[in-house]
Amino acid sequence: MAEVEETLKRIQAHKGVIGTIVVNAEGIPIRTTLDSSTTVQYAGLLHQLTMKARSTVRDIDPQNDLTFLRIRSKKHEIMVAPDKEYLLIVIQNPSE
Amino acid sequence: GKTMVKPPDQLDLSEAELKEEFTRILTANNPHAPQNIVRYSFKERSYKQISSVDQLAIHFVLEGNLLHKDSDEARRQRARDGIPEDGAEDAGDTEEGAGEERPDSLEISLGKKERKLTNQFNFSERASQTMNNPMRERECQTEPPPRGKFSATANQWEIYDAYVEERRKQEKVKEKQKVLSSKKEEDKGKKKLQLVENQSDDITKVAKVAKIIERMVTQNTFDDIAQDFKYFEDASDEFRDQEGTLLPLWKFQHDKAKRLSVTALCWNQKYKDLFAVGLGSYEFTRQGQGMLLFYSLKNATFPEYIFSTMSGVMCLDIHKQLSYLVAVGFYDGCVAIYNLKEQGPQPVYRSTARSGKHTDPVWQVKWQKDDTDNNHNFFSVSSDGRVVSWTLVKVLGGTLRLSLDLYLKPFLSCGTSLDFHKQIDYLFLVGTEEGKIHKCSKSYSSQFLETYVAHNMAVDAVKWNHFHPKVFMSCSSDWTVKIWDHTIKSPVFTFDLNAAVGDVAWSPYSATVFAAVTTDGKVHVFDLHINKYEAICQQAVVAKKTKLTHIEFNPAYPIIIVGDDRGYVTSLKLSPNLRKKPKEKKGQELPKGPEVEVAKMEKLLSLLREPETVPQD
Repeated sequence: MAEVEETLKRIQAHKGVIGTIVVNAEGIPIRTTLDSSTTVQYAGLLHQLTMKARSTVRDIDPQNDLTFLRIRSKKHEIMVAPDKEYLLIVIQNPSE
Repeated sequence: GKTMVKPPDQLDLSEAELKEEFTRILTANNPHAPQNIVRYSFKERSYKQISSVDQLAIHFVLEGNLLHKDSDEARRQRARDGIPEDGAEDAGDTEEGAGEERPDSLEISLGKKERKLTNQFNFSERASQTMNNPMRERECQTEPPPRGKFSATANQWEIYDAYVEERRKQEKVKEKQKVLSSKKEEDKGKKKLQLVENQSDDITKVAKVAKIIERMVTQNTFDDIAQDFKYFEDASDEFRDQEGTLLPLWKFQHDKAKRLSVTALCWNQKYKDLFAVGLGSYEFTRQGQGMLLFYSLKNATFPEYIFSTMSGVMCLDIHKQLSYLVAVGFYDGCVAIYNLKEQGPQPVYRSTARSGKHTDPVWQVKWQKDDTDNNHNFFSVSSDGRVVSWTLVKVLGGTLRLSLDLYLKPFLSCGTSLDFHKQIDYLFLVGTEEGKIHKCSKSYSSQFLETYVAHNMAVDAVKWNHFHPKVFMSCSSDWTVKIWDHTIKSPVFTFDLNAAVGDVAWSPYSATVFAAVTTDGKVHVFDLHINKYEAICQQAVVAKKTKLTHIEFNPAYPIIIVGDDRGYVTSLKLSPNLRKKPKEKKGQELPKGPEVEVAKMEKLLSLLREPETVPQD
């Protein structure tokens, strides 16, 4: 338990990381370091996108599964790593 | 005159015909009326002729506008016009009036009031109204059944998942059937625990995902290093003649390891990006705790596994096949085995004073192949002069323990390094504190096969060549690195590096390339094929006052890791010049494989065996 907490803390403290969000299977954020409205927005949108990406990967080969999803935009990079029940979203500014 | 004129088309009839009498009957029948009107009868479902047809013929219709003065219409008109009614018309009126009360009441409300005439002799009006039941609305609404939205997709992978789940359940059922009935209560207790875990919104389930994210974030931050590691090849090497350089990549450090020195490094053979770092102290006076860290190249900021130990770690070795087993030797003479698959900070097995630990620091541990009973075993060498073989033996009752097997009689003076031959299992070398190297065999425990007077100070490391079966190398604090042929008593090559040499390592890709680290913070890389006398690369990789203690080549990638006495591990990439393969002659195909390497080395050695060439000191 403490290990995971520590890992999440380390990620949050890492250079350039703007925020981290943990989302559960229904798309409800259970843990976040950003403000409420941004969190809800990110959680809802990315949840759908991840489901779609996962569906794509698995449709092609059911034995395969999505490991992570990286969306690089002009301002920053959004990284999403799905789990069976959870979704971890990290927003980082890599050039900082 | 009035003469009768016959029209030209008049009928000419005879006299008899003229006298014929025609009877004409006048009837009331309308000649224009239809005679065969047919109506559809729904009862008989067919068209039926109407029996009697109306014979009335109307010639003229004129609607009159005279009203009888007693009729309703007339009275209404009179009421409208205001002409009072006649009193004599009572009886007849009342009946009509009563019937027509309602529409009249409308007229009365509009115009003048028309008095209702009552029967003055015998009249009684009795009106009654029944109670109108008050209308009450009564509603009843049931609770609607709880509704949930359900949506699902039937994809290929959903079906696959369902099958996998089904299979897992079946296997579980099979397992449960094997369990004895007396253990039912235990199972129930366990089930309860499982249920509780599933219910909570547990953050621990994010563990694996968090790890992946951490690696991604690190990769982003150290993006240029990762790119360099993978793709950068120093182009300037072409102009540099034979020399090469080392490109610094990641630097690994851990907060808690700041005061400790790196005492051991080992790459994992199976997962080529994972390596182990043993931390402790070489100072006799500064002995404290130690650490065992495992780093992955994928995440340079934090170790994958951390183990804290009571005493400083002096050496470690990762099993070649079962890469989760790590043997560790400590400063206090104990040896321990860590199993990375198990949770928990303690080693799986640990030797104690009772089970016969060393009395002096353990300088080297090496795993061996499983013995005939398929037990794991490893060797250790220590300053107390013993080379010990430890075996994991299954004891009755199921638990494993270490058992020791003394290998060499203790007339061996303080051993400081140990290496087993890569191909010949029973052959190994032991370096001692006095500077001698002994060649020993597992089958002869009382005698050395050979002794080499190698150095003036303690032999810090001995290493067999990965390819050539006869060549080994040794280094010492007397500033030298020597290369030997084990059949010859004197060294084949000697190199003086101007500072105490901490460690040497052969490269896994070439039989003639090796590297050494010295206490002045420099890494020296030699390629005997290119230059027999000098290093082709001498580079300071750490700050001036830091001593480098260990070096290891990665088995797959062209990088090396060096450990220093501040607890840092630096990774460096070898430039192309340091990894040269011999140039192929035109038209000739270059034979690949370890035989080439052996041949290369052999060629070098054969040159030296001739009396003319003298190895330079």
